Amino acid sequence: MSTTTQAPRGSAPTRVQSLQRPRLPRWAPLLVALGAVAGAALLGLLLGWGLLSTGFVALLLFVVLMPVWSLVVENRRAAVDRLMTSLVWSAFLIALVPLLSLIWTVVSKGAPQINATFLTFSQFRTDLSQPVGIYHALIGTLLITLGATVIAVPIGIFTAIYIVEYGQKGRLARSITFLVDVMTGIPSIVAGLFAFALWILLFGPSARAGLGGSIALAILMIPIVVRSTEEMLRLVPDDLREASYALGVPKWRTIAKVVLPTALGGIVTGVTLAIARVVGETAPLLLIAGLTTRTNFNLFDGRMTTLPVLIFTQNANPGIPPPSGGEPPGIGIAWGGAFVLIVIVMLLNLVARVVGKYFAPKTGH
Amino acid sequence: MAKSIDVSDLDIYYGDFLAVESVNMTIPARSVTALIGPSGCGKSTFLRSLNRMHEAIPGARVDGKIIVDGQSLYDPGVDPVEVRRMVGMVFQRPNPFPTMSIYENVLAGLRLNNKKLKKSAADQVVEKSLKGANLWNEVKDRLGKPGMGLSGGQQQRLCIARAIAVEPQVLLMDEPCSALDPISTSAIEDLIHELKSEYTIVIVTHNMQQAARVSEDTAFFNIAGTGKPGKLIEMNPTKKIFSVPDEPATEAYISGRFG
Ligand SMILES: Nc1ncnc2c1ncn2[C@@H]1O[C@H](COP(=O)(O)OP(=O)(O)O)[C@@H](O)[C@H]1O
Ligand SMILES: [Mg+2]
Repeated sequence: MSTTTQAPRGSAPTRVQSLQRPRLPRWAPLLVALGAVAGAALLGLLLGWGLLSTGFVALLLFVVLMPVWSLVVENRRAAVDRLMTSLVWSAFLIALVPLLSLIWTVVSKGAPQINATFLTFSQFRTDLSQPVGIYHALIGTLLITLGATVIAVPIGIFTAIYIVEYGQKGRLARSITFLVDVMTGIPSIVAGLFAFALWILLFGPSARAGLGGSIALAILMIPIVVRSTEEMLRLVPDDLREASYALGVPKWRTIAKVVLPTALGGIVTGVTLAIARVVGETAPLLLIAGLTTRTNFNLFDGRMTTLPVLIFTQNANPGIPPPSGGEPPGIGIAWGGAFVLIVIVMLLNLVARVVGKYFAPKTGH
Repeated sequence: MAKSIDVSDLDIYYGDFLAVESVNMTIPARSVTALIGPSGCGKSTFLRSLNRMHEAIPGARVDGKIIVDGQSLYDPGVDPVEVRRMVGMVFQRPNPFPTMSIYENVLAGLRLNNKKLKKSAADQVVEKSLKGANLWNEVKDRLGKPGMGLSGGQQQRLCIARAIAVEPQVLLMDEPCSALDPISTSAIEDLIHELKSEYTIVIVTHNMQQAARVSEDTAFFNIAGTGKPGKLIEMNPTKKIFSVPDEPATEAYISGRFG
């Protein structure tokens, strides 16, 4: 190789390629969004559209205008990028609409109902002048869900441990996984019927108890707990199991002291979400736990009302509207109950997050 | 307390696949034995059969005899858990327990086995093991912090401290430095030098210089081709292996002319 023809190191390359391209300004999407909203609003006013269709047209305008402008100024790749970004954002906004509208409706109608009386009195009264509340349903919901959790969590976690740690993709583990998947699809009313039939077989045709409801809910919870625990256990690296074996720790102790603690955050989150999923069930509880206006603290005997059942029945039989006009009293109670139920579910989700964070393995960074 | 290991006619299988074939060797006590050879020749597999970790893999099994201190490891009456208490192991990737602090990680072997320890005794074990692993000075002020917060080299030394805290007689190390920088590597090599007065050490390494630096004896494994079993080609004092090996294959591998 001759050194004379070689360009000295660090000299500029002969052909400088420009890295500059025409780009839309940063505020372009905002401008288009404002334009789309203004255009849609104008059209809506002229043609007398509702809020929803106006919003939809605004979204449509944005999704069309943004890529077109980009195609004119920038290039094809940028235009496709803008189109996809707009579509993703639109999907997100559309998904948000029912959620926000639901929360707004429940909060605006339910929150005014909430006061100390509403939360601490049951519906049982001996005189029409006495105040009523949802205390009995609150207690019913908490106890029945607690019962369901106590039944479902050990079964679910142990099943998942078997599948992941002992089953080793054998036939039994695979059939359990299949059955759990089938269980996920069981309609809640079927779970309720099962618990109902079980209860009647065991205790006679007129037996009613909150525990029956717990069993029905547990049937709905178990597959969720198994699935989420399974996922979490599979995430625990085999390195840790081997590290523990290599210290002369037996398998069961490795599972109890290394694998489960490492996965605990995720497991607790999964369990909490499973609770949140079943706490709003109506159908199975209507069948087996029945309906009462009294507060019942005994999970093992007697009817028990839960919030969803209360909401359902108050809505179905709202009572006589007051003579002064307005809604029948049951409607207000139902909205109040719905509000409390949503608050409970939100609190559960919050607890799941906090607990998940708290138990997550610490990195120390 | 260190023990020598006698291996005779050892075949190691994964299901039907024969991974390592008829190994015979004697690993002397209180010295460092290095295992070298190309990837896939069964060094890890052989190492893991020495403390019955091999059978943690579904379908894996072993034929032949391994005798430590007069006891055959694969006799029917032998409890693999007891074997692993006697033969400790350090893995390629540092794997401290993420839910535990540095202190708890060192004590893991004892605590997980439900040994009741007084606070003062536990403190002593932690200090002795961390000193043994040359980590004490770096972590003595943050024993309560998570083990995962240490650097890679410190984590590996923490794993060594954890392994020696249960006072094994043999220490197996599977490429303990391959995930570490040169400074951490040299710290661990120093540590191996110190540990060999008390433990029988078997170390797998891909680094010839490392094998030459730390070991008394070296065993060279090779494989004839993919799908063929790995074999022990030669085992000799390290000095001899790296100067005048008996086998041409060893010579070829060490000098980089290996095909
Ligand atoms: N878990 C396993 N299941 C089946 N085969 C394996 C497993 N681990 C290793 N092997 C096979 O065993 C042989 C030896 O592997 P290994 O002991 O990891 O080699 P080395 O550590 O020398 O690189 C290789 O052919 C590898 O594919
Ligand atoms: Mg290996």
